[in-house]
Amino acid sequence: MADKEVVLMKGNEAIAHAAIRCGCDGYFGYPITPQSEILETLAAEKPWETTGMVVLQAESEVASINMVYGAGAAGKRSMTSSSSPGVALMQEGIAYMAGAEIPGLIVNVQRGGPGLGTIQPSQSDYFQATRGGGNGDYNVIVLAPASVQEMADFVNDAFELSFKYRNPVIILSDGIIGQMMEKLILPPFKPRRTEEEIRREYPWATTGKSKDRQPNILTSLDLDCMSMEQKNIHLQNKYNIIKQKEVRFESILCEDAEYLIVAFGSAARIGQKVIEMCRQDGLRVGLLRPITLWPFPSGEIARLSRQVKGILSFEINAGQMVEDILLATNGRTPVAHYGRMGGVVPAPEEVLQALKEKLIK
Amino acid sequence: MTKEEIIKPENLIYKKPRLLNDTPMHYCPGCSHGLVHKLIAEVIEEMDMEDKTVAISPVGCAVFAYNYIDVDWVEAAHGRAPAVATAIKRLWPDRLVFTYQGDGDLACIGTAESIHALNRGEHITIIFINNAIYGMTGGQMAPTTLMGMKTATCPYGREADLHGYPLKFTEMAATLDGTSYVTRQAVHTVTAIRKTKKAIRKAFENSMNGQGASLVEIVSTCNAGWKLSPEKANQWMEEHMFKFYPIGDLKDTIMTDKAH
Repeated sequence: MADKEVVLMKGNEAIAHAAIRCGCDGYFGYPITPQSEILETLAAEKPWETTGMVVLQAESEVASINMVYGAGAAGKRSMTSSSSPGVALMQEGIAYMAGAEIPGLIVNVQRGGPGLGTIQPSQSDYFQATRGGGNGDYNVIVLAPASVQEMADFVNDAFELSFKYRNPVIILSDGIIGQMMEKLILPPFKPRRTEEEIRREYPWATTGKSKDRQPNILTSLDLDCMSMEQKNIHLQNKYNIIKQKEVRFESILCEDAEYLIVAFGSAARIGQKVIEMCRQDGLRVGLLRPITLWPFPSGEIARLSRQVKGILSFEINAGQMVEDILLATNGRTPVAHYGRMGGVVPAPEEVLQALKEKLIK
Repeated sequence: MTKEEIIKPENLIYKKPRLLNDTPMHYCPGCSHGLVHKLIAEVIEEMDMEDKTVAISPVGCAVFAYNYIDVDWVEAAHGRAPAVATAIKRLWPDRLVFTYQGDGDLACIGTAESIHALNRGEHITIIFINNAIYGMTGGQMAPTTLMGMKTATCPYGREADLHGYPLKFTEMAATLDGTSYVTRQAVHTVTAIRKTKKAIRKAFENSMNGQGASLVEIVSTCNAGWKLSPEKANQWMEEHMFKFYPIGDLKDTIMTDKAH
């Protein structure tokens, strides 16, 4: 019964509880607003006494991501969390994880930037997350939760994807979802993987060379350009498989839509209210919510671009995802963007007005 | 003694450690890295830990250490090896986890990770090769470059006003509560090699006995970077490096406890 318990908590707290419940082996993080509740909740819950999960406050975000790199290399489910400026510091480590094909979870509870910016919510790290914020040709799987329930559910999803593809996964949340309280059902308890399971399921992991195998070496380095190109081709092939298999989105009232709003995360929650208001006015507006920001639901948006008279990309930023929508629609339908910056969260009325001014007219 | 007699097992007094691969090393002739690699391979073999060892290589000349010692390796980003080691040791507490880092990696770009892993008392060993120069990138100034020493980025010699002072990282490490064993050794003579091997063994044993962090600095030559013959480099090291970086134990709490 305890597994199905409905609880009321913040998105950040939900992430922490979900981590303990889904067999996470280690959390490594550094305090930053608006996500410090994740580390605080873990510290208060003391999972090292129950599941054996390690919780460590690191000396920096740079150290945190490299701890995740080490833990993932050794076949353990590990994660870190931070907010925008801290995640900027982690980009080197994320690129190394992508290069060495090391799994791990990074939670970004976004705040406004650039630089130190503000502690108010924003979605302005869309490019950083979906383009690969570090050096080299790589992609990170990006999940965008739009509720406290999804904050909890995506932790396990992220670990499954991360180990399935040996690739880092980002949960791209923001200060709204992180700080707001909602009811949710916590995921059921799942044991941490045993040594035997890790050795069997992740034969590449650096767990110590057993006598029956060659040593495992995890590195992103290869000075021979021809074999480095082969390594890159391998990565690109993997990314193509992810693009084919792992796209996730939610469609609300898109079947008969004449206009479409595309919004992710907290913006999608506002967008839901906007389409309700539209329907009351007799306007047939649908909402497409990308759940994976990379891989992006380009196919579905391309399909809808043949149906609708215009698409509004509503993001709490200066216009980032709109570029992916433009690529997907390829000029078939008008595309506009509406957003606010610097931590300002738009009201549904503003978005509705923008939709009318920019597209419906 | 004939050749046939010499190769009889009972007459064997020296051999390449089993865990040292046959891969030709990329290190310059005269460089200290190869010797230290051999000692590490010997110690892991003697402790019977090859199936329980996870080593972390740095960025620098020793980046390819994973090609030479036959255990599991993770290659870390520049300076981050102690953070990588921290997580692996905490999640696999019965493994022997050590980092192998040069002066630039450990005492410059990775100062924060090194100091904090040591200060937390992680049950890991840091092997610190101090040759006072950036070897891999072609001989630039290191945090440990001596005053007056010429490198590609201080071609007229290190000056305090321009470049600041050489960093005594190991002295700093000895002040930290998390360290149990902090020592500075070298591998320029047979006696020194034997002492270094003992130091590595002691550090590894401390790590396995949950006795906090150990740091083994090995003052080393970079004859290519110093532009000296291997023999002259050893002399120069004794005359100049040992004055600023004196050889010996800086801290040994395990021994102190026994003495009390």
